[in-house]
Amino acid sequence: MHSTRLTALAAALSAALVHPTLAETIRIGMQQEPTVLDPTADATAAIDVMLAQNVYESLTTVGESGEVLPQLAESWTISEDGLVYTFSLVEGASFHDGTTFDAEDVVFSFDRARAEGSVNPSAGIWTSIESVAAPDPQTVEVRLTGPDAFFLFNLAQGDASIVAPESAETNVTAPIGTGPFKYEDWTRGDRLVLTAFDGHRNAETVALERVEFRFVADPAAATAALLAEEIDAFPSFPAPELVDQFDLDPRFDVVLGSSEGEVILALNNSRAPFDTLEVRQGIAHAIDRDEIIAGAMYGRAKPIGSFYPPHGPAHIDLTGTYPHDAARATELFEAADVSGTEVTLRLPPFPYATRSGEIIQAQLGAAGLNVAIESVEWGFWIDEVFRNGNYDMTVIAHTSPNDLGNFARGEDYYYGFQSDAFDALWEEIRTEADPEVRNALLQDAQRYLAEKAVHGFLFQLPRLGVYKAGITGFWANSPVLYQPLTDVRMN
Amino acid sequence: MRLFLLRRSLGLVANLFVISVIVFVTMNVLPGDPAATVLGIDASEEAIEALRVELGLDRPAWQRYGDWVTGLFRGDFGQSYFFRVPVAELIVERLPLTLSLAVLGMALTVLAGILLGVVAAARHGRSGDWLIMLFSQIGIAIPAFWLSILLVLIFAVWLRWLPPGGFPGWDEPRLALQSLILPATALALVQSAVLARVTRSSALEVMGQDYIRTARAKGLSHGRVLRAHVLPNALIPVITIVGLQVGSVVTGTIVIENVFYLPGLGRLIFQSIANRDLFVVQGLVLFFATVVVTANFLVDVAYVIIDPRLEDRLE
Amino acid sequence: MRGLPIGLALGALLVGLLGVTGLLSLVWTPHDPAAIDVALRFRDPSADHPLGTDQLGRDMLSRLMAASVNTLVVAFLAVAAGGLIGVALGLMASALGGWAEALVMRACDLGFAFPAILLAVMLSTAFGPSLGNTILAIAFINVPVFARVTRGAANQIWARDFVTAARALGLSGAEITWRHILPNIAPLLIVQATIEFAVAILAEAALSYLGLGAQPPTPSWGRMLSEAQTLMFLAPDLAILPGLCIFLAVLGFGLLGDGLRDLTDPRLVRARVNA
Repeated sequence: MHSTRLTALAAALSAALVHPTLAETIRIGMQQEPTVLDPTADATAAIDVMLAQNVYESLTTVGESGEVLPQLAESWTISEDGLVYTFSLVEGASFHDGTTFDAEDVVFSFDRARAEGSVNPSAGIWTSIESVAAPDPQTVEVRLTGPDAFFLFNLAQGDASIVAPESAETNVTAPIGTGPFKYEDWTRGDRLVLTAFDGHRNAETVALERVEFRFVADPAAATAALLAEEIDAFPSFPAPELVDQFDLDPRFDVVLGSSEGEVILALNNSRAPFDTLEVRQGIAHAIDRDEIIAGAMYGRAKPIGSFYPPHGPAHIDLTGTYPHDAARATELFEAADVSGTEVTLRLPPFPYATRSGEIIQAQLGAAGLNVAIESVEWGFWIDEVFRNGNYDMTVIAHTSPNDLGNFARGEDYYYGFQSDAFDALWEEIRTEADPEVRNALLQDAQRYLAEKAVHGFLFQLPRLGVYKAGITGFWANSPVLYQPLTDVRMN
Repeated sequence: MRLFLLRRSLGLVANLFVISVIVFVTMNVLPGDPAATVLGIDASEEAIEALRVELGLDRPAWQRYGDWVTGLFRGDFGQSYFFRVPVAELIVERLPLTLSLAVLGMALTVLAGILLGVVAAARHGRSGDWLIMLFSQIGIAIPAFWLSILLVLIFAVWLRWLPPGGFPGWDEPRLALQSLILPATALALVQSAVLARVTRSSALEVMGQDYIRTARAKGLSHGRVLRAHVLPNALIPVITIVGLQVGSVVTGTIVIENVFYLPGLGRLIFQSIANRDLFVVQGLVLFFATVVVTANFLVDVAYVIIDPRLEDRLE
Repeated sequence: MRGLPIGLALGALLVGLLGVTGLLSLVWTPHDPAAIDVALRFRDPSADHPLGTDQLGRDMLSRLMAASVNTLVVAFLAVAAGGLIGVALGLMASALGGWAEALVMRACDLGFAFPAILLAVMLSTAFGPSLGNTILAIAFINVPVFARVTRGAANQIWARDFVTAARALGLSGAEITWRHILPNIAPLLIVQATIEFAVAILAEAALSYLGLGAQPPTPSWGRMLSEAQTLMFLAPDLAILPGLCIFLAVLGFGLLGDGLRDLTDPRLVRARVNA
């Protein structure tokens, strides 16, 4: 015990001596901070953003365009009927505390996540599993209740991180995973520090020695910190209005990509007047995406015509389905007899939402639909709007991948939308193994939602990356919440 | 005297108790479920239910309140729903920042306030007095958050001398101090404006007294009279105001920390109200209320020590 | 005494200006304060837009003017409501004395111990953000202030000889309060109300700044300020102008209140004569 600590200390000292400048320390700016450090216990995105695939690993991982890649599972086979997945695990993986990783850890992690009373935030992954078994220490066999085209992708998420029985309970504050970086220190409200894990099976390919996530909530402070070179990278810069100056400064690279967040003007389809197709079409016509993107996002976002990210493989441009036409919108509102009535727009406390909301209010007002804005807190929004479905309209970004399935959640989901046709379509998508066929089906789904004008589809939340010139390895788009840091290089 | 202290202390505890009930009731009336707020929109209903059980939210409100109160006697301030650590730990973690800010703000307040007040009194009726009173008027009227923004604009955006917000932690003392200068100034300006006024009028009142005129008539110099006779007597009301200002400065950190994005108790309390993190709000409101009430209490005690006749009036 | 003291004059001028601007904006502003035109954003001052345009291309002058109404309405209603309740409580405490007085005063202590801004935030979140609830929250903060001031002043009047005489004549507590106490403390209350007006303006600005005040498209200085905060690098004037308006409004009421107090407080007049 003492000796290992001393060795660690000696190693740290010698590392400091060899690299007195700590050149391979990266300071990454983050707007959101984690609540706990265990992605399997809490849905807060910031946990996955920093820890998934860096501190924790899953059986699979994904690449920048969303393709599934091996991680703790070296390879896998799928049975003919698509129900049994047999994973062969990598050799030589171990947890940061020195315990070795084997099939029992996978069984433990999965059984824990899908157990009764589990706090794992993701239901989608676990409901499709029937059983998990470990025939030998290097093999895991998962049996599903039905075919699930997203299963391998879902396994790559932070919610499906592999944890060890010895440390699972303490992961909320002292995370132990198998990833290339290990937890070093966390000061709430300030920073989270990771260091390279020497015992990782691919340790030699990792360039960074130390990663400091700095929590900077204020966009102005973030700008100043970048300009003062106190932060090296800000992969999701929060304020599009402040990006111009980095564009002009040769010390920085600005990368505009998309996140998985579709920003929608959600309409309560179960409530009058939004239960009428003409009214929803009128809203779609009244909305001017270009003005919203220019006004709220300073031009730095891509418009969407349906509920699918522009960087996804199945994307089709449907922004022309109901082109901006205030006169047509007025006609539709008058025909449906809603002109001059007042509807409420409840806005969560995010700049993209409050800024878009004000412009939408003006646009709908111009077409004859009066909008009263109510800015609400996040806790209120979650409870009243999201869980109780008590709202007319709201603006929100849905940041999960493959979330077209939201529209198949039935009338009780806060959309208040139910369509047998769409439910059938989604079931096909979910079980289709052939990617080509699945993409075609996904396009049908996008078209269907656009034509039904279920919501006002606004824009894709951008991923604005600001990096010190020379830094490479960060993704432009983010198909998942996390950002693997193994490929990041400082120069 | 002893009876007075006892009664005031009991009143103090009763006040804090009522405040805790108010906070508890309001937080339970507020729409918003901590478990759902923590888990966000991608969580399943089952996960939310499980978290409710884990956090103890499935039990009736009065029971949770009872547990919390009994916990207080063991020094247990409850758990944070959001961060899943004891509230005391969260407070202890963030206290150094708020405390440093308050101490720095208070030091600047006292220094600037008394100095300006005395100078104004000494130069009574002349341009120096007029200037200081103008500053005082401005200081009292200026909204602290706007002043903060102006300070950031001037010293962080244009001159780039100081950071516009955030706190690097005391590991880097120089940077830490730098990032506290603007917030402490914003805090102190308003309070020192008030203090300067009180100091000035108190000094003027003392200067109008007969014994001061006598001292001056004896041929003592202006400065000597000021130091030896005016100041000691004028300081009594000033000290009581300073006592009251301790409360104002500590609660003032709530807004200032939010403007400067300082991860202290003030920022925590806003986050916790938004997150419905009941026991953190509970703990922090009690913390701030205790500071205010204790400061007022100490001022009263100081009064009584100085002038025991006041005991009746304060009752 | 040489005419009107300068502070009082300046205060009256600022308050008058604020009132006139507010009234004017009800019938006329240079542009529609809510008209969005993103292409016109961040314009420098020009003949058409004397104070330039904001981040959505809206006319700054029109928005600042329209926001003054919001401020005045909130401050007036909050002070009026808080003042009425507070004065009533204070008079009652003073007239009844005993446990009733103690109860009211302990409740006031409570009000002072609870950080006002937190109380306002919690009330606003409990009832939802809106103009009405902002007024309610600020009124709530005002109640203990008025109650304490009223009770203190009323107690002094109660000790006067003419009140003792009135009591000897068999007048009831309510009658004495109405005929003797209230008229005698009225000047003090008016001064206090003027000062509380300044406090209410600050509180409204702070709540709006935190996003809890009036909702769009109603412009409010506090919200304009918070929206402009991230734009400081781009358009600093957007943060300077609304703050300046808040400052001048608070300064106006503050100077007016102080000036009125100096006029009515004989003790301070004596201090001036002595000096």
